[in-house]
Amino acid sequence: MERRTIFSGWALPAALVLPQLLLTFFFFLWPAGQALFYSLQRQDAFGIRTEFVGLENFSELFADPLYVETIWRTIIFCALVAFISMALALLLAVFADREIRGRGVYRTLLIWPYAIAPAVAAVLWLLLVHPQIGLISGMLNAMGIAWDYKLNSAQAFTVVVLVSAWKQVSYNFIFFLAGLQSIPKSVMEAARMDGAKGWRQFRTIVFPLLAPTTFFLIVVNMVYAAFDTFGTIEALTRGGPGKATETLVVKVYRDGIVNLDLGSSSAQSVVLMLGVIALTAVQFRYLGRRRDS
Amino acid sequence: MMKRRTLLAASSAALAAPALPARAQGKTKITFWYGLGGALGEEVVRVCRNFNAAQNEAEIEPVFKGSYVETLTSSIAAWRAGQAPHMVQMFEVGTGSMLAAGPAMKQTWQLSQETGVKIDPSVYIPGVRGYYSLPDGRLASMPFNSSTAMMWINKDAFQRAGLDPAKPPTTWQGVVEAARAIKARNAAPIPMTTAWPTWVHFEQYGAMHNLPFATKGNGFDGLDTELRINAPAYAKHLQRLLDMGKEGLFRWGGRDNAAEPLFVSGEAAIQFTSSAGRAAIARDAKFNWAMAMLPTDPEVNPNPINSVIGGASIWTMTAPNRTMAEYRAVANFFAYISQPAVDAEWHQRTGYVPVTTAAYELSKTQGFYEKTPGTDLPILQLSRGQLSENSRGFRLGRMVELRNIIQEEMERALQGQQTAQAALDSAVQRGNRVLREFERTARG
Repeated sequence: MERRTIFSGWALPAALVLPQLLLTFFFFLWPAGQALFYSLQRQDAFGIRTEFVGLENFSELFADPLYVETIWRTIIFCALVAFISMALALLLAVFADREIRGRGVYRTLLIWPYAIAPAVAAVLWLLLVHPQIGLISGMLNAMGIAWDYKLNSAQAFTVVVLVSAWKQVSYNFIFFLAGLQSIPKSVMEAARMDGAKGWRQFRTIVFPLLAPTTFFLIVVNMVYAAFDTFGTIEALTRGGPGKATETLVVKVYRDGIVNLDLGSSSAQSVVLMLGVIALTAVQFRYLGRRRDS
Repeated sequence: MMKRRTLLAASSAALAAPALPARAQGKTKITFWYGLGGALGEEVVRVCRNFNAAQNEAEIEPVFKGSYVETLTSSIAAWRAGQAPHMVQMFEVGTGSMLAAGPAMKQTWQLSQETGVKIDPSVYIPGVRGYYSLPDGRLASMPFNSSTAMMWINKDAFQRAGLDPAKPPTTWQGVVEAARAIKARNAAPIPMTTAWPTWVHFEQYGAMHNLPFATKGNGFDGLDTELRINAPAYAKHLQRLLDMGKEGLFRWGGRDNAAEPLFVSGEAAIQFTSSAGRAAIARDAKFNWAMAMLPTDPEVNPNPINSVIGGASIWTMTAPNRTMAEYRAVANFFAYISQPAVDAEWHQRTGYVPVTTAAYELSKTQGFYEKTPGTDLPILQLSRGQLSENSRGFRLGRMVELRNIIQEEMERALQGQQTAQAALDSAVQRGNRVLREFERTARG
């Protein structure tokens, strides 16, 4: 049943895909190739002395217990951010999907945070949780909680997880809402006639039918938490105190831009690239299987 | 190989105004990237404007490039793309890395030789000159803004605590007692905080007490240097900070200069930061304040010696197609800022110390130190005692990274996750790995 356009020559199709190929080359293949190239070199900051060192940058990375710790921290961070932002978004979407007055207003307001740049979001929250001038910290201190996320690893980690999750709720909300609206009314009515209501209806009908959306969002949120939270973390904690909020991408920046160790930083980028390739492969496989069945 | 433009270089070059060898209206245009914001940044621009007005051969365009670290990153990227600025302001701890940058820099002695503009190293104050010179005394970079770490006190808070604001503590024991009094009388929310934790509590502490920060004369005598900051005296000092933290006498304000606002806002009664904090404190503090010498530990060394300079110097950068006229303009600017009147004005307006002896003498004859008592304390602290190999400065590669490692370990210790000794052992171990890495890249 597929409709295909058959081109007679190769010039037109080539011209049509060329812009996309160029984009891929300049914005993916070229920088990725550079990262691969530099990950095999040891070089001073100015690029004056370059030495080929094979896989030494990688072996040094994985011999460093602090790097392995950072990998685990990143995994926990991503899982928490994805879980919290998706759970909140689903809850909000279920409520906003109901017949209530001013539904449009709620929906618009819930989408707003998505339009804020990560660094700006971080500054907003910085003003709320700042140990000295923060609104929330004032309340926490009044409640007897000694709030100082600049010198408390657990508090710092909580702050960056919550701010990163908050930032992503809107995005997840849009997808869940669309997912909920695409569930056929007839299915819901049938469920109601069979006596399924409330939580039971959600657990047995709605949630399974949302599974494709949920799965898609898990992958997107993991990638978001791993990469796009850099601005948030850098503005809030710069990876500290200690290394409490240093994720892989923060470390890539720190080693590459601040410490000017291009070899190690490139090797870390390559490790991150492999992670994303793995995630994407899982997603493609899963989606592909669904289409086949 | 220089043609290979990295992504970094390409992006930065796109952002940065390219330093073109332009000759508009007969004037040689040269670019100066600087890394001082706020009140101090305005003073940098002032100096450049005055230079432009004082002669009509060259015109300097000062460009603010963010923090020192950001300025360094931008200029490296620009150099790799063949678009380096003529001059870049580089913080003192970057000196080790800059000296290893070979062809990217035209050292000051070389600039002087090629352009014929006389730049005499002997006019600069020894502590300043030593930091930026090669072992044989030739100047590598141009001394510009030099400061040193000082103690700052809120005199109103001292008054409220029943302490004599005219007699700030001179020993660490005295600081602990003063902080206790401030806490007991509730004279300020935070008795003590510190900016630049590594610079003040390890680099300056080591220099003044004549303790090595690292072997090989803090790196001056070779790249195969190792950190020595886990020695007992350092551990004892860090333990004191930890104890003060527990007792509520010391508040960690963050890394680098993040703690400075705590003092300016009036919350912290005692803080440690650069003498160059004066411009901002004078402008923003709404209370009586004073600057004092850093406290010392008589039991570690009863005769403390000089502290070390901080701040930055100016490096001349190379680029393809750079003309001799442009280098001459740079050299003329260097000669200009070394004039006693120019240097003295810079010193008096900012809180940086004069870099030339003549400017110090000039400020004295102008009566500056009588009019603003205490402003000569940084100079006296910098010239106290006999300069030793532990107090002439630091020549360690990737020192920014070393500072961050020490700060990370301090943060973990202050949370009670490790003892002072464990924190410093860990910092030494991690720091030495960085030093070995630098040694390998610098040897090539």
